[in-house]
Amino acid sequence: MEQTWETPQMAQGTSFAWSRVVIYGLLGFFALIYLLPLVVMVLTSFKHLPEIYAGNMIALPKDWTIEPWVDAWQTACVGLSCNGIKGYFWNSAKMTVLAVVISTLLGLLNGYVLTKWKFKGANVLFGLMLFGCFIPFQIVLIPMATLLGKMGIASSTTGLVFVHVVYGICFTTLYARNYYVAFPDELVKAAMIDGARFFSIFWRILLPNSGPIIIVTVIWQFTNIWNDFLFGASFSTGESAPMTVALNNVVNTSTGERPYNVHMAAAMIAALPTLLVYIFGGRYFVRGLMAGSVKG
Amino acid sequence: MATTYAEPLGQHAAPHVSTRLQRLLPKLVLAPSVAITLVFVYGFILWTTYLSFTKSRGYAVHELVGWLQYERVWAQPRWSVALHNLAIFGILYIVICLFLGLLLAILLDQRIRQEGTLRAIFLYPMAISFIVTGTAWKWMLNPGLGLEKLAHDWGYTNFHFDWIVNEDMAIYTLVIAGVWQATGFVMAMFLAGLRGIDQDIIKAASIDGARMLRIYWRIIIPQLRPVFLSALVILAHLAIKSYDLVVALTGGGPGYATDLPSTFMYAHTFTRNQLGMGAASAVMMLLTVAAIMVPFLYSEVRHSRATGRD
Repeated sequence: MEQTWETPQMAQGTSFAWSRVVIYGLLGFFALIYLLPLVVMVLTSFKHLPEIYAGNMIALPKDWTIEPWVDAWQTACVGLSCNGIKGYFWNSAKMTVLAVVISTLLGLLNGYVLTKWKFKGANVLFGLMLFGCFIPFQIVLIPMATLLGKMGIASSTTGLVFVHVVYGICFTTLYARNYYVAFPDELVKAAMIDGARFFSIFWRILLPNSGPIIIVTVIWQFTNIWNDFLFGASFSTGESAPMTVALNNVVNTSTGERPYNVHMAAAMIAALPTLLVYIFGGRYFVRGLMAGSVKG
Repeated sequence: MATTYAEPLGQHAAPHVSTRLQRLLPKLVLAPSVAITLVFVYGFILWTTYLSFTKSRGYAVHELVGWLQYERVWAQPRWSVALHNLAIFGILYIVICLFLGLLLAILLDQRIRQEGTLRAIFLYPMAISFIVTGTAWKWMLNPGLGLEKLAHDWGYTNFHFDWIVNEDMAIYTLVIAGVWQATGFVMAMFLAGLRGIDQDIIKAASIDGARMLRIYWRIIIPQLRPVFLSALVILAHLAIKSYDLVVALTGGGPGYATDLPSTFMYAHTFTRNQLGMGAASAVMMLLTVAAIMVPFLYSEVRHSRATGRD
């Protein structure tokens, strides 16, 4: 490929090898850069503080310690209270599980109706719902804050579950609908002739064949809701905050000598659930990402 | 195509109350979600739009003041900074993501060993909250601790990298971190596009003696046009919505040097008691996103119907 001064015969051989070297070299280089933040985070979270200030950010810890992780979990200061991030971690866990289950279930049912029980205007309704996936959420913050206050669920996990379900169903509906569109109508029709009803068709025919799309939807919703910051920051205070908001407070409240190792450990704890989901379900995560973006 | 199953198929079903219920059931099941969308998406959009025309400050009031809140927003130097930043950030973010994403996709498409591992490495930033990875970036960009110190330790004592605390340069740190987060996603889109290209055309061209670079430039990349468009739209709307990134990395600072419309909106609504201005800026954000997304979604839905996927 590249022009070389060697004899044609040799050039062919070497240039082939060289292009492979360049390709692998570039890929390796980018892979290192992409991994750097994670590596720095992990390494720093296992170092003692003096070593961090004295040493080099990508050096291996000379003296490994899990103390920062324990501190982050139990004694790190979030604002004025210093009870660690464990409470916030469980806030996020509760919020995420509930919101994921509810929004996924609603999405599957919606997708089923929109494809197998089509009625006039179904596509328009779908289009209307679809747009909801892409609005900048700043546009709903003020009304939502007011409403949650009036309903008495402001600053509570219930409130956040509600918000995440409300703004999650457009995605779950989108996924389920696009999946069920390809599901053979004949099976549904046959079941109808056999006298099966709306829910039993869903339960006996659609649901057992929905494995992949359920995984895609659950992973997508889990990642989005666990990682959310805007809603958490807008609709929660103090003890009711989700993990991301607490983490942001931990990182910004320390005064004096900043315990960077504890910050990094807290960040790792906040990242672990979605990172694990990504490692074990990466394939489905990518599918969700693509389904949510390329094809409306 | 649009077969209607809402009509009862089984003629033998007795005209019974439960039959009517069965016929209504699909709509009843969909109804809550439609209602939720109408109220919490469209209703709230109207509500915020309404607020943007009122005199609201610390709390909502109903006195209408026309375009006053919009004029006040535009009169703020902070808003000009936010828009200016959005332009810089948005353009660089989109261009660099497209370029790097395409480059990585092409490199990965060369029968690479460990392709799966590499893909996973390029994509993991999308799976983690920016509040998390921002902590790491902030640290790496910190002149006293991060990359600058690393370079000094290695003997490059002239190396200066203090962009994050430099008013004029801080916005570029957002670009770096934003690109780092989103390239993997663009790469995945391009990779899917590349895998969808007919290999025979490429084979034919290479038999004709065309060089690989030329084949990419002349044949393959032009075929990826739809992917470019999708990626462009997605990146543009992500750029406008960027919020976590700023909060985690710079908090909008130094001063308000790295404000974006999203942080402007948040600050005015929740900390500066300017509901009306917050609402006005949110409406302008929505309009910008809608201008990008509505035509795109419309053409996607139409296209899917035209090609019979519906």
